[in-house]
Amino acid sequence: MTTKRVTLLILAIIVIASPFFFPSNYYYRVGSLIFVNGLAVTGMVILIGYAGQISLGHAGFAGIGGYACALAPVHLGLHPGLAAILGAAISGALAWAVGRPVLRLKGYYLAVATLGLGILVSMVLANEAWLTRGPDGIEVPDLGLNDLLEAVGIDLSNSQFWYFFSGLVLVIGAWVALNLYDSPTGRALRALHGSEIAARTVGIDVARLKLQAFVISAIYASLSGSLLALQNKFITPDVAGFMHSIEMVTMAVLGGVGSVLGAFFGATILTTLPQVLTVFQEYEQILLGLVMMLCMIFMREGLLPSILRALRGKDK
Amino acid sequence: MKTLTALATLAALGLAGTAGAEIRIGATVSETGPAAFLGDPEAKTLKMMVEKLNAAGGINGEQIALTLYDDGGDPNKARTFATRLVEDDEVVAIIGGTTTGASMSIIPVAEDAEIPFISLAGAIEIIDPVKEWVFKTPHTDRMACQKIFEDMQAQGISKIGMISGTDGFGASMRAQCLEVVGDYGIEVLADESYGPTDADMTPQLTNIKNTAGVQAVLNPGFGQGPSVVTRNFRQLAIDLPLYQSHGVASKGFIDLAGPEAAEGVRLPGTALLVGDLLADDDPQKPVVTAYVEEYQAAYGEAPSTFGGYAHDAFAILVDALTRAGSAEPEAIRDAIEQTAGLAGTTGVVTMTPEDHLGFDLSAFRMLEIKDGAWTLVQ
Repeated sequence: MTTKRVTLLILAIIVIASPFFFPSNYYYRVGSLIFVNGLAVTGMVILIGYAGQISLGHAGFAGIGGYACALAPVHLGLHPGLAAILGAAISGALAWAVGRPVLRLKGYYLAVATLGLGILVSMVLANEAWLTRGPDGIEVPDLGLNDLLEAVGIDLSNSQFWYFFSGLVLVIGAWVALNLYDSPTGRALRALHGSEIAARTVGIDVARLKLQAFVISAIYASLSGSLLALQNKFITPDVAGFMHSIEMVTMAVLGGVGSVLGAFFGATILTTLPQVLTVFQEYEQILLGLVMMLCMIFMREGLLPSILRALRGKDK
Repeated sequence: MKTLTALATLAALGLAGTAGAEIRIGATVSETGPAAFLGDPEAKTLKMMVEKLNAAGGINGEQIALTLYDDGGDPNKARTFATRLVEDDEVVAIIGGTTTGASMSIIPVAEDAEIPFISLAGAIEIIDPVKEWVFKTPHTDRMACQKIFEDMQAQGISKIGMISGTDGFGASMRAQCLEVVGDYGIEVLADESYGPTDADMTPQLTNIKNTAGVQAVLNPGFGQGPSVVTRNFRQLAIDLPLYQSHGVASKGFIDLAGPEAAEGVRLPGTALLVGDLLADDDPQKPVVTAYVEEYQAAYGEAPSTFGGYAHDAFAILVDALTRAGSAEPEAIRDAIEQTAGLAGTTGVVTMTPEDHLGFDLSAFRMLEIKDGAWTLVQ
């Protein structure tokens, strides 16, 4: 209840206040990347943190969202904004189709299934060149919202516009996720995360709930992919790559998968790290693996919750 | 308050000092990651050339400050680094975009910020349609196809089989080849493909072998795929001419495929590979020889075609900066567009407002591998 308000307030303050400390326009770009990743990771919180399921293929949904924005305007004549929604719908439907049989099984079968799904999506995007123009990527039309703002007298540079727009989408995404947390569905999800057998005995439809969480998180990933494609005005199959999926999971686990704010924290660290440590590009994947291992061993709840606990000085 | 003013003055002085003494240029290439074999020689070339230029006194007395980022071949990172170069490092020109995806992601940044950008990637989309602020140095894939088909035509070959990699390079070149093949009266009877990491291409090659009427085989691709194709091609004893693309125009390809398997393979390449075989009056000869020597001395290895692309990009930029006599992006852009008769490793570059590549098919040399070395096909 209060956590919800506090979280939203903190996020909103970060979005609005950070630009006062930006020395140049470049920081808007990094900021908007953090928000885009933060959105995808908020979806991971719902899946991993609430429902206790792991997906290793969420970049596939980001790919679908991104390519929807590239392809639907050209082939279907849709506005790029509507194309993003279409992409989210396709991602949701695909998640439902894959999740429905898999999530009836106990254990981590979803991880295996999504691993395959993610790789499949990225292969289709790379190989079906007649549609996607192959591994070299494809242009994405302009969203047109910035021009609209300019017409009413709000003059923002491209980076600035995408910073505030992605920030807004992230806050809305966080708001939805936090509402879900407090809803009966959210309570049920947490119950099954705690003990699936106990949840089942009190009459919770475990399979259906897990499926819901999976579909919702897929939609988050898809929208983040759309946002990225629209602000880059260009997209390649890399967005659906396996490493991107791993990045999403790592961000969530690093920051603290149980809380929206923690996940945002994780997204912030892992998005800015490569910019700070430009010389370590070669070792980025090794660092990712190391960070994840250390987190799992020493801070199983993630960085933010662990730090908060240490600050409060609470024991266990 | 006094300290503050003093500090501010000091800072202002410092800024003015650096601004007056150096020209800032930026680069983002794929030094690591899947495209590292392209980006690594590019980065090395840029570092080497900047050092040499500064040691020789810079441009019009001003030193060059190069900010180089490694985007790991990720187009999204390339875009972020391009933004950083423009907004934070305040460079006056950008070189880079090792892969087509990376280049295409940098283009919107360069166009928005009105900063000249010289791309190091192959695809024709980068400069066609012509974009005001975007130039590039490598040949387009289409030109490689045309060069190969020209040679086939001269050999009286009219029916071919193709086997292409599904990576960005192979897929793009395959599409370009299929588009222009008709202009040369050549028919593609078999069209096979392989994944970039496949270790055996015998089934696809057997299909081509069993297709009646095929007179030659073309293999658009780069990385390890073409060497596997070349080896399998000999193992199956296919007695047809084999054409490779400019993507494998490096000594590494001959080593990987083995000199015996590579014997007789033809491919279009740049002057860089055959510097010592060029005629003495060839305008590219001194440029190529000097670059190869310097690179060899600095890094103890032979430069690749891709390093040559970076060499040319930097040479074009330096030439433009010298002529412009100013480090304003607008002036640099105009000067690049007026580049005329500049000999690079890839070709002799003459830019126009309609042509931001600056050379034609003649810049390509048809090469044949004989006894494990490159020879020029006359």
